[in-house]
Amino acid sequence: MAEGFEIKINAVLEKYSNPEESLIAILQEVQDICGYISKEAVEYITSKTRIPSSRIMGVASFYAGFRLKPVGKYRIMVCMGTACHVNGSERIGDTIKRVLGIEAGDVTADGLFSWEEVACLGCCSISPAMMINDTVYGTLTQQKVIDIIEGIKKEEAE
Amino acid sequence: MRFLLGYGSCGIASGANDVLAGLESTFAGTELKVEKVGCNGLCFAEPIVEVITDSGESILYGRLNGESAVKFAVAVKNGQLPQENRLTEEECNFLNGQKRIVLSGCGKIDPESIDSYIENGGYTALEKALTMGADKIIEEIKASGLRGRGGAGFPTHFKWDAARRSQSDEKYVVCNADEGDPGAFMDRAVLEGDPHRVLEGMMIAGIAIGAQSGVIYVRAEYPLAVKRLKLAIAQMHEKGYLGENIFGSGFNFDFHIMMGAGAFVCGEETALLASLSGNRGMPVTKPPFPAQKGFRKQPTNINNVETFANVSWIIDNGGEAFASMGTEGSKGTKVFALAGRVKRGGLVEVPMGLTINDIVFGICGGIKDDARVKAVQMGGPSGGCIPENMLDTVIDYENIAKTGAIMGSGGMIVMDEKTCMVDMAKFFMDFTSKESCGKCVPCRIGTTRMLEILKRITDGEGVAEDIDTLVELGESIKVGALCGLGNSAPNPVLTTIKYFRNEYEEHINNKCCPAKKCNALIEYRIVPDLCRGCSLCSKKCPVDAISGVVKSPYVINSDACVRCGQCIDTCKFNAIKVISGEESI
Repeated sequence: MAEGFEIKINAVLEKYSNPEESLIAILQEVQDICGYISKEAVEYITSKTRIPSSRIMGVASFYAGFRLKPVGKYRIMVCMGTACHVNGSERIGDTIKRVLGIEAGDVTADGLFSWEEVACLGCCSISPAMMINDTVYGTLTQQKVIDIIEGIKKEEAE
Repeated sequence: MRFLLGYGSCGIASGANDVLAGLESTFAGTELKVEKVGCNGLCFAEPIVEVITDSGESILYGRLNGESAVKFAVAVKNGQLPQENRLTEEECNFLNGQKRIVLSGCGKIDPESIDSYIENGGYTALEKALTMGADKIIEEIKASGLRGRGGAGFPTHFKWDAARRSQSDEKYVVCNADEGDPGAFMDRAVLEGDPHRVLEGMMIAGIAIGAQSGVIYVRAEYPLAVKRLKLAIAQMHEKGYLGENIFGSGFNFDFHIMMGAGAFVCGEETALLASLSGNRGMPVTKPPFPAQKGFRKQPTNINNVETFANVSWIIDNGGEAFASMGTEGSKGTKVFALAGRVKRGGLVEVPMGLTINDIVFGICGGIKDDARVKAVQMGGPSGGCIPENMLDTVIDYENIAKTGAIMGSGGMIVMDEKTCMVDMAKFFMDFTSKESCGKCVPCRIGTTRMLEILKRITDGEGVAEDIDTLVELGESIKVGALCGLGNSAPNPVLTTIKYFRNEYEEHINNKCCPAKKCNALIEYRIVPDLCRGCSLCSKKCPVDAISGVVKSPYVINSDACVRCGQCIDTCKFNAIKVISGEESI
């Protein structure tokens, strides 16, 4: 695990008097720290809490919110809700796949972008929609998506 | 004069920050202020500013951006209320046609200020409830006829009474804020726009059942809702609305927020409880019911956000007043989230008893581009598609159930001729099969098999027996599945087969998709007589599937074509057609 992570994870574990009951909250915080739920992080939590790693992995693999692989610096989440589907979200996903050259769930070689399909973001009135990290982008067209990604690439190059 | 800026997730995504900057920079140095409020549900016109004049008149401005916001602000500084960007009378009818209880604070109050909530009548119900006593509270809820707004429609008073009668010193009130139905965003609007309304309802439930702890289970995809809830709870502590011996009543209460981690099945109450305990969200059989053994094996009452948001109004105005609205079996109002191919999408709160047409055409203005409505999907992945000729169905729990759909949480997706019903069935089955917890065979394997068949059909490999197999599988899963997810998962397929069987038959027998949606069954062709050979489509094509010589008709290579539609959007001569089945150009 990257240096400093153990100290940070300890700080998280200290907050919860009942780590078994609070396992989901703990994993969410660990994911914020490490970027994803790594095998090392799971083993470390086991060593500190005595919760079997099989149980931790059972929880981590059940919920779509937990990532078991690293994500890009810019994590693109394409909404696959009903309204977005009716208004063309499949084409948005196809465009991102083409522009970035990666499948859903993968990261670009430079570590800049990853993308995934997510369940409804609740922004149905501006469908099709996507989130990049904490920012929502709505009323997307294929061109808009290309422009947004190119815009980020440009900013990063500077 | 007040200036209320809609500042919910969609408003922000549509550009509310630019509008805020434009207004504030122009208002700087004057007495004019911008107030940030929650989303008022007029999603079709975001970003929105509502002006409340000194005489109390409300004027709505919409579709603003940084530039038009500055123009507006300059006019206001000059003592004018300009015409530009005002919503039309027709658009304002969106609000006028509604009766708002749950949404009454959304877009009106500052969700980040407990004082704003109190000034608008907040917490009077809690104060009243503290003196009423548990029995009287439950009587009022019973008189109101309130039914669970999360989808199941179970009588609320019954659940509260059951938890009340369970013996324990440790009881819990849980709010299911895991709004998982794709296409539903009512709960998000209330949590972001009027969080105190939900918290007050939960506390009143706490008094009724004898609980001292409230737990809100919010989905992780709603970070702004989580932020505003945390802030609301902190402010309640500061003002003495939480803690021990609240206002000397002897009543103790406090809240905890738990975030979901992305599992639709956790909307089912036993799965939610499993998740609250740090486990995989896998449902269990009932009994025991949560009212007997819920969170931490203690008596627990679980209700949806919208259910709790009705409580304070009922206590303030009386159960009878609530019951005076709605139909015989479905009292009060319901919030619907309109999206899809509708002209004016957003949040509509109306008394039960209107028809679907009343909402889609009367309030929401009908279909985009004045196309023809094909169906309205109600109830999310557990619901069904109601066809055009049944849109005069009166909306209440029982009437909607008769169509094969369900009321559900209130999401209404409007579809037109461009929507393929087989594709929609596949879409929902894809969703539910992925979200299945995997515990029981009918759901885990049944939904997978149904999805396989639907994929074959949309890929042009359907066979005659497929429709009957889907029906047989669907009906078995409904009976055999352990929980609500499984036993409602087949509904979208069964209703689309019931009302749109001909579309399935077209896909299977004629390898044709009438809505021209299913990629394997459509082709893009350039009409030689209409093509001017300008080459723009060829340049736009992301996969180089279009070739030709300038000034001569171009040709699309169907094998390379990915059906993205950009060529059609680019062509200025309408020379590209989509064909399916036996059609030719």
